[in-house]
Amino acid sequence: MAKVKGEIVVNTERCKGCELCVPVCKEKTIAMSGLLNSKGYHYATSANEDCNGCTNCAIVCPDGAITVYRVKLEAA
Amino acid sequence: MSQLLTREEICVPENEVYHRTCLLTDAALTYCPGCGHGTAHRLIMEVIEEMGLQADTIGVAPVGCSVLAYDFMDIDMQQAAHGRAPAVATGIKRLYPDKFVFTYQGDGDLAAIGTGETLHACNRGENITIFFVNNGIYGMTGGQMAPTTLPGMKTATSPFGRDTESMGYPLKITELIAMLPGTYYVTRQSVHTPQNVRKAKKAIEKAIQYQKLNRGLNFVEIVSNCNSGWKMTPLESNKWMEENMFPYYPLGDIKVPKQN
Repeated sequence: MAKVKGEIVVNTERCKGCELCVPVCKEKTIAMSGLLNSKGYHYATSANEDCNGCTNCAIVCPDGAITVYRVKLEAA
Repeated sequence: MSQLLTREEICVPENEVYHRTCLLTDAALTYCPGCGHGTAHRLIMEVIEEMGLQADTIGVAPVGCSVLAYDFMDIDMQQAAHGRAPAVATGIKRLYPDKFVFTYQGDGDLAAIGTGETLHACNRGENITIFFVNNGIYGMTGGQMAPTTLPGMKTATSPFGRDTESMGYPLKITELIAMLPGTYYVTRQSVHTPQNVRKAKKAIEKAIQYQKLNRGLNFVEIVSNCNSGWKMTPLESNKWMEENMFPYYPLGDIKVPKQN
């Protein structure tokens, strides 16, 4: 099991659906939602639980729509 | 701590590792989806926030896609006439030598109409920092050919590709100004991958720190995409940029201070 657990929060109204965050996610956590925001963009969303909080998606996001959280998990 | 944390338990302020800098306003960026301008804005503002320079910074906004930069950057800003940002910044810096003064310009602004102002500000060794976003096209006006357009590249005004016999060659203005003794630090970066964003942020940090030394002009070029002007998706345009722009505009430091 991963030693860290991350989570992303996407500001869906700020996201423009450019998809730059999708290929930089090594854990394949980010996918584009089937839903639209009020501007008509398919926004990015978290699609699985594998996020490790690497912040790659957030630093390539031109609109700064992603906030990243990370916790260290203690050994079980 | 349990291994089965819920999303609500993880997303609390003390676990936050990355958030949008508070020096960007809440206004929605007017750039196209995937445009490098947004990342460039954010990096500059992040560095200014980390250095605690918010109250001591004066930015000069250009004409072009980033004409509304003063709406997005929550610092003191001045809007300059097309291409005249280095001249305006010269005046500001001479009046307020203790402030950090930067210009933020595109290639149509800096390398076309503002070539004279840019070259002379660099040649005079004005103690300012220039951030230059190069996407090889006039983005705001509809994708016309710019001085930085690559040979053979199709634009609205060169629909069969740029013909170097009649239209000349792309202007490598960054290499040009690196030859001038008035420049102190000249570098070329990009912001399309996480690695490049991290490198670009370090370069921006240096360009800001070096201004305090008062040794000359610091110049950071950011090679960016223009997916609307190039008529591609953001991901395709980044790939095209890697394959075509980077061989002509190689990334890396062009002029570094000797004592470092």
